[in-house]
Amino acid sequence: MSEKLVFRFDVSGNDFTSAGQASVQVKKNLRQLGFDNEIIRRVSIAMYEGEINMVIHAGGGVAEVHVCEEYIEIILDDHGPGIKDIEKAMQAGYSTASETIRSLGFGAGMGLPNMKKNSDEMKITSEVGVGTRIVMKINCKGTNE
Amino acid sequence: MKISKMQELLDAKVLCCEENLGKHVYSAFGCDLMSDVLAYVTDQAVLLTGLVNPQVIRTALMMDMVCIVFVRSKEPNEEMINLAKENGIVMMSTNKTLYTTCGLLYSNGLVGTAEVEK
Ligand SMILES: Nc1ncnc2c1ncn2[C@@H]1O[C@H](COP(=O)(O)OP(=O)(O)OP(=O)(O)O)[C@@H](O)[C@H]1O
Ligand SMILES: [Mg+2]
Repeated sequence: MSEKLVFRFDVSGNDFTSAGQASVQVKKNLRQLGFDNEIIRRVSIAMYEGEINMVIHAGGGVAEVHVCEEYIEIILDDHGPGIKDIEKAMQAGYSTASETIRSLGFGAGMGLPNMKKNSDEMKITSEVGVGTRIVMKINCKGTNE
Repeated sequence: MKISKMQELLDAKVLCCEENLGKHVYSAFGCDLMSDVLAYVTDQAVLLTGLVNPQVIRTALMMDMVCIVFVRSKEPNEEMINLAKENGIVMMSTNKTLYTTCGLLYSNGLVGTAEVEK
């Protein structure tokens, strides 16, 4: 794999049933490419949390995964309400999720901290009323965390 | 613990991937909150839950879990069964509650995931 591969997914915001499908596909692709299990696991968790967030908080968006030998980069873009206070949102336990979302098994305020924990670099840019962009990088060689 | 042993202890109905009943699980995690599964599960584990939706299967898949036990006689639909099948995840359903299910497995030697530090 000398070239960089790019996987792109439209993440629907209307249908919770399909939330997580893009991450399932990425996991499958990375397995086929022969990546190390621990790397695949970290990418899977980081992307899945981000994908679910796009569905439940932002009405969907676009997910891109850039893959090369040295690193895997996950880029999540949405045109949702944006995050007013990123520092607060990053705190474990902080969540604005509704009761409905909680009854579906999410909304504990664990997602963003978990995304940070599982990536080597994470950058959030967000503007209220415009949208949110999250870029996570997982290095494939050398030290993790 | 062998998955087949869990099935016996819980008197559970196997819903898919019977061919994997011989696989082992090394710990268990019981809850209806997928956020916590994603944050705390670490090793080849079984998920015990009363929540039934496609995200349960996808969460287990992301965490490399090998088996899902639905408690309180809950059963997944065909779409969920197909997703588990594609990925070799054994699913079963028991009429016991989550508490009883955890108790039976724990007292027979299956430990929980590591303690959580604040
Ligand atoms: N893409 C997004 N657009 C708008 N707000 C977001 C987005 N992602 C996260 N947030 C905000 O940040 C908060 C914290 O997110 P986080 O993922 O940590 O928790 P959660 O999604 O509420 O619960 P969990 O991830 O445990 O299921 C959310 O409740 C929401 O207010
Ligand atoms: Mg979240």
